[in-house]
Amino acid sequence: MAEEVKLFKTWSTPFGLRVVWALKLKGIQYDAIDEDLSNKSALLLQYNPVYKKVPVLVHNGKPISESLVILEYIDETWKQNPILPQDPLEKARERFWAKFNDEKLLPSIWGVFTKEGKEREEAIADSLENLKFVEEELTGKKFFGGEKIGLADLVFGWLAYLICVFEEVTGLKIIDERFPLLLAWIQEFSELPIIKDNFPPHDKLIIKYQAFYEKYHPAK
Amino acid sequence: MNINLDFNYKSIKPFIFICFHFGILALVFSLIVHRLSQTRKDALIGSLSLITIRLTVDARPTATLIEFSNMEEVKLIGMWLSPYSYRVIWALKLKGIAYEYIEEDLSNKSPLLLHSNPVQKKIPVLIHGGKPICESSVILEYIEEIWPQNSLLPSDPYERAIARFWIKFADDKSPSISNIYRTSGEEQEKAVKDSLEMLKTIEEHGLVGEKKFFGGDKISMVDMAFGAVAHWLGVIEDVAGLKIFEQHKFPRLNSWIQNFKEVPIIKENLPDRDKMLALLKRRREMLLASE
Repeated sequence: MAEEVKLFKTWSTPFGLRVVWALKLKGIQYDAIDEDLSNKSALLLQYNPVYKKVPVLVHNGKPISESLVILEYIDETWKQNPILPQDPLEKARERFWAKFNDEKLLPSIWGVFTKEGKEREEAIADSLENLKFVEEELTGKKFFGGEKIGLADLVFGWLAYLICVFEEVTGLKIIDERFPLLLAWIQEFSELPIIKDNFPPHDKLIIKYQAFYEKYHPAK
Repeated sequence: MNINLDFNYKSIKPFIFICFHFGILALVFSLIVHRLSQTRKDALIGSLSLITIRLTVDARPTATLIEFSNMEEVKLIGMWLSPYSYRVIWALKLKGIAYEYIEEDLSNKSPLLLHSNPVQKKIPVLIHGGKPICESSVILEYIEEIWPQNSLLPSDPYERAIARFWIKFADDKSPSISNIYRTSGEEQEKAVKDSLEMLKTIEEHGLVGEKKFFGGDKISMVDMAFGAVAHWLGVIEDVAGLKIFEQHKFPRLNSWIQNFKEVPIIKENLPDRDKMLALLKRRREMLLASE
């Protein structure tokens, strides 16, 4: 039976992009369906009735939702170029940092982008603390996965192309010279063809996030 | 009749030699095993069965590391009131893994906790052979890999993806349940609304198909991830003086709760209801007073 792989995403979602990177790393052919989240397709709602979100991977008609769950599925189904290590302790480490990004780092930085006044100050403090932990994790390593990129790199990958957009739109420096390892990682990660060839277009991102920013900080 | 004994004796001499020395080795081995603690004996049996499984089923290069690592010491830093802590206890006990339990006072965090989980400073933390693993769902996956007996995840990748989806859902939505007793007014209304939505989703999407447990006939880590719904929700309803889970509205969930709590390992390992009620009531009073 021919393998049929579809990926529901949007042009800009970092959660969808991490799945794109995984599929490309393993050389898996797939159909990309870019959704308009203000007008979700019937198929998306059918495939992800619980969250109604992207990304959704559909493999031979069977849907999988939640990007981290999708990444684990991809790694277990297509064994070439693994994104998770064999050793259980190392696997646990990668999973821990993936969760940390999604549950702590990303929300704190998003808080810096969306909040104002005292709440923004708190978000900045949280982000700095979270970034410090991530910086430490890179000690002695080229990538979070060691010599090669792995799950954690794909999950932290949004930092490589979206932080500069946030910084440009807000006028705030988020990852500065206090984080030399993180800056070096961003360089290395961004130089990988599979990664940078799939970055969403910078100009389009600026327009999108500029609009978001104005929504969260209406001119008084 | 002349029986040629000389020839027979010579050919079996090496055989007798080997048997004799094998016998000595077996005697020494059994003396050593006899002197091992029960913990080590269990671990040894687990290890030997694992070696058998690995040799016959799986030839991954790191198999050797895993075979012997499952004999190393296991500690769990937990907290008696936390459903996340219990997820790990249930998993360890279901797999027959001996471990040392360390109760943590979260108002006065121990150096061990801060050293083992410097990033989150939270429980549960599993410490295996001195190495810490944090985050309950990450710990459960780790336990499943090191000790594959009494499997807590399906083997098919798609079924595993479904299981992991529901575990993530439980992780995302369970905090609404504790928010019911932590808040009042509008915030509490939101917590109640979110909790009801969670229950509705489980009823309509998670437990479809007359299944005894989320994964079918056997308990799995998905059931453990929803432990808060099975036991903690009832107590929290009493603390807040609210009725949220109405049995007739959630028939599948109701059956699942009965099935879950009847599993001996679960039944024997739940925090005492009265103790929970007393502590959560006190906590609620303190939280509301400070507002």
